[in-house]
Amino acid sequence: MSAPTAPPTPATPADPQNRPAVRRRPGRLSPQLLILLALGAFLVLSAVRAFTGGNDLTSSGTIAAGLSAAVPIGLAGLGGLWSERAGVVNIGLEGMMILGTWGCAYLGWQHGAWAGLAFGTLLGAAGGLVHAIATVTFGVDHIISGVAINIIAPGLALYLTKVTFVHYPGGGQKQSPPISDAKSITLPFSHWLHTVEDKHWFAVSDLAGVLGGLVTRLSLVTVLAALVVLASAWILWRTAFGLRLRSCGEAPYAAESLGVNVYKYKYIAVIVSGALAGFGGAALAIAAHQFRDGQTGGRGFIGLAALIFGNWRPGALAAGAGLFGYTDAIQLRSSSAVHPLLLLVAIALVLVAIWQWRTGQRAIAVVAVVIAALAVLWYVDTDRVPDELVGTTPYVVTILVLALASQRLRMPKADGRVYRKGEET
Amino acid sequence: MSSSTGSTAANPPAAGTTSLVGRLRQRYPLRSVLLGLAAPVGAVLFALLASAVILSLGGHSSSHVFSTMLKQAERPTSFVDMVNQAMVYYLSAVAVSIGFRMNLFNIGVEGQYSLAAFAAAYVGGRLTGGGPFHLIAEVLVAVLVGAAWAGIAGVLKVTRGVSEVISTIMLNAIAVGLGSYLLHKLGESSGNNIQTRPITGSGQVPGLSYSGTQAKIFGFLFVAIAVGLAYWFVAGRTRFGFRIKATGLNEQAAVASGVNVKRMTVVAMLLSGGVAGLVGLPELLGQTHSFSQTAQSGLGFAGIAIALLGRNSPVGMALAAVLWSFLGKSANQLDFIGVPREIAAIMQGVILLSVVIAYELVRRYRLVLQQKDVAAQLAGTPAAPVSQAVTA
Repeated sequence: MSAPTAPPTPATPADPQNRPAVRRRPGRLSPQLLILLALGAFLVLSAVRAFTGGNDLTSSGTIAAGLSAAVPIGLAGLGGLWSERAGVVNIGLEGMMILGTWGCAYLGWQHGAWAGLAFGTLLGAAGGLVHAIATVTFGVDHIISGVAINIIAPGLALYLTKVTFVHYPGGGQKQSPPISDAKSITLPFSHWLHTVEDKHWFAVSDLAGVLGGLVTRLSLVTVLAALVVLASAWILWRTAFGLRLRSCGEAPYAAESLGVNVYKYKYIAVIVSGALAGFGGAALAIAAHQFRDGQTGGRGFIGLAALIFGNWRPGALAAGAGLFGYTDAIQLRSSSAVHPLLLLVAIALVLVAIWQWRTGQRAIAVVAVVIAALAVLWYVDTDRVPDELVGTTPYVVTILVLALASQRLRMPKADGRVYRKGEET
Repeated sequence: MSSSTGSTAANPPAAGTTSLVGRLRQRYPLRSVLLGLAAPVGAVLFALLASAVILSLGGHSSSHVFSTMLKQAERPTSFVDMVNQAMVYYLSAVAVSIGFRMNLFNIGVEGQYSLAAFAAAYVGGRLTGGGPFHLIAEVLVAVLVGAAWAGIAGVLKVTRGVSEVISTIMLNAIAVGLGSYLLHKLGESSGNNIQTRPITGSGQVPGLSYSGTQAKIFGFLFVAIAVGLAYWFVAGRTRFGFRIKATGLNEQAAVASGVNVKRMTVVAMLLSGGVAGLVGLPELLGQTHSFSQTAQSGLGFAGIAIALLGRNSPVGMALAAVLWSFLGKSANQLDFIGVPREIAAIMQGVILLSVVIAYELVRRYRLVLQQKDVAAQLAGTPAAPVSQAVTA
């Protein structure tokens, strides 16, 4: 667990000059440090790009593809955030996403992407409602209910596909008719960025590539998803409603004693969670222009991984989703471009090792260095990383974060516990 | 469990305790048996009802669907198929339930068995001859690989406090990637498919014939039964099994009585993974003889459902495995009458969800009944010191 912070020095209240500075909460980095870290990561990335010649690492195409891959992952993770912040673990995200993909295709192929998005979100919310009924009202173990939803949802989606889409033009036993695209926008100055990007200058072209990827053919669904992330962060952390909701995930019995209707908040949180997962699934279907069986491919679980990677906080969750989407995109664009990423992993691990050594976790530091050395060895010994292994990046990263930096992670205190009003043990 | 002892304490011993029926009735009072059966039976009935509604919404006749499924089960070929599937499910359920006994949620059976099956297939294909050792080597490799993959989650839990639910979900996904990478690197191509070198002769497990069909029942049936017996014995009749159960029921009490919880956690995870390693073997050694991408997936999640349905009891899980396999296999026939076979998956999921809800409701109802019993007893014996203490 986190090292106990020094006991608060009893500052003399009479002396305002000597007041102790507002202490940061453990587990949070200051904004300046975060910007520095991001800048550092960016410079290392451009250096690796320039050093290895893997231009796809920061090309606008990769960034754009990464962004659209990150949207479903981030939305699923955000769904997990809502639910787990209220104390309900939601393993059923994957199933709710599948309901979202099917729902999106059902209305989307006739009435356009936005109608599909709305219906997919609605079906996801219905999945959330089932999870809420099972876990909140009946007190079923959260994991079990999630597993059951993950069994029912794909079966239901495929069953419904076989009784509906088969009869429509372009539909089949395992897929829907095509869905029309959502609008996308391109900012007017983006062609300059492409010119700069093609020069392959260190850092400058990389920056142009990243910016170009963000503003070229940006789907409105992506914009909406970003707004939803911001709105969630604001609602959960800046409103009384959010405070009450999070109190249900930290200390439900205390919350109840202060007049919070814990059942109601848990219901709201889990239904919103399902809706967000359904939204993520719908975004996936819109990007693929149709519903296909097995389309989600474990993205609900990757969203869960992003949630943990992000330490149950929205900003870091979005960063995690971006990272996982990026590795996904880069593998699809050019599998040779993944190879330099091994060096990045090694650098990150060495940083972790230094930090852990300084906080006294010697054994973990040694483990981190050993894994870093293995990554370097792997880099030197091969020319490319096999595609099959690249797909496991989000999961490996999450395991490494859990194993090497778990003292910085803090999940909601009552997360996953069954809450029964008036039955505190 | 506790309810039966509680009820026997409440009921005075029957007069004819010497007769078998009398002893059985004393050990398993009628009310407790009925309550125990209410949940699974109710859940199955509810699932039938729910799927009938879904079927009629899709414009299908539910009675026709159910009768088709029942008829399918009577055919010898599909009967053999169901037995084979049920033993695989059973192994998976036992693996999950070993964890359950200790409050460990091994979601990773999926990844453990697929890696184990690959390793066993690879080793089995490389070896030739060796008599019984060929088979022993395969099983041993499978058990060790399954245990090792589960052991990662166990070690992460005790050293770093990582929830085994999260780590096994991640390990499942990594196993998929790793398995397909290893298959491409170490496998041989045959046609469009890549598979491990086929296992020959002494590495195979011969099947059992069943009258009326060419299909064979996997010889691994005996291993599945042996695993079930061993599970029953270890979990219910040994000190080790008791410690596992005690840790699961109340960790603080277990620590106080000298149980090393960390060690038990790792051991339980290893055992669970070891049994999970067996899950892929009946099919591998009895039928396919080589591992390829088409190997069955989803058995781990079925195992979770079956362990819950069977309440971690060796017999209960066997019945649940048969039910699961019946639903899955008999649904294949539905495609011929124009009904999507996915209705079976819906039924399975609904059974799982409603059975856990039903168990919870029965548990609450039992508590109410027990409270009533105690209240009635106290009211009936006003002179007893207990009631004095209560009224005082």
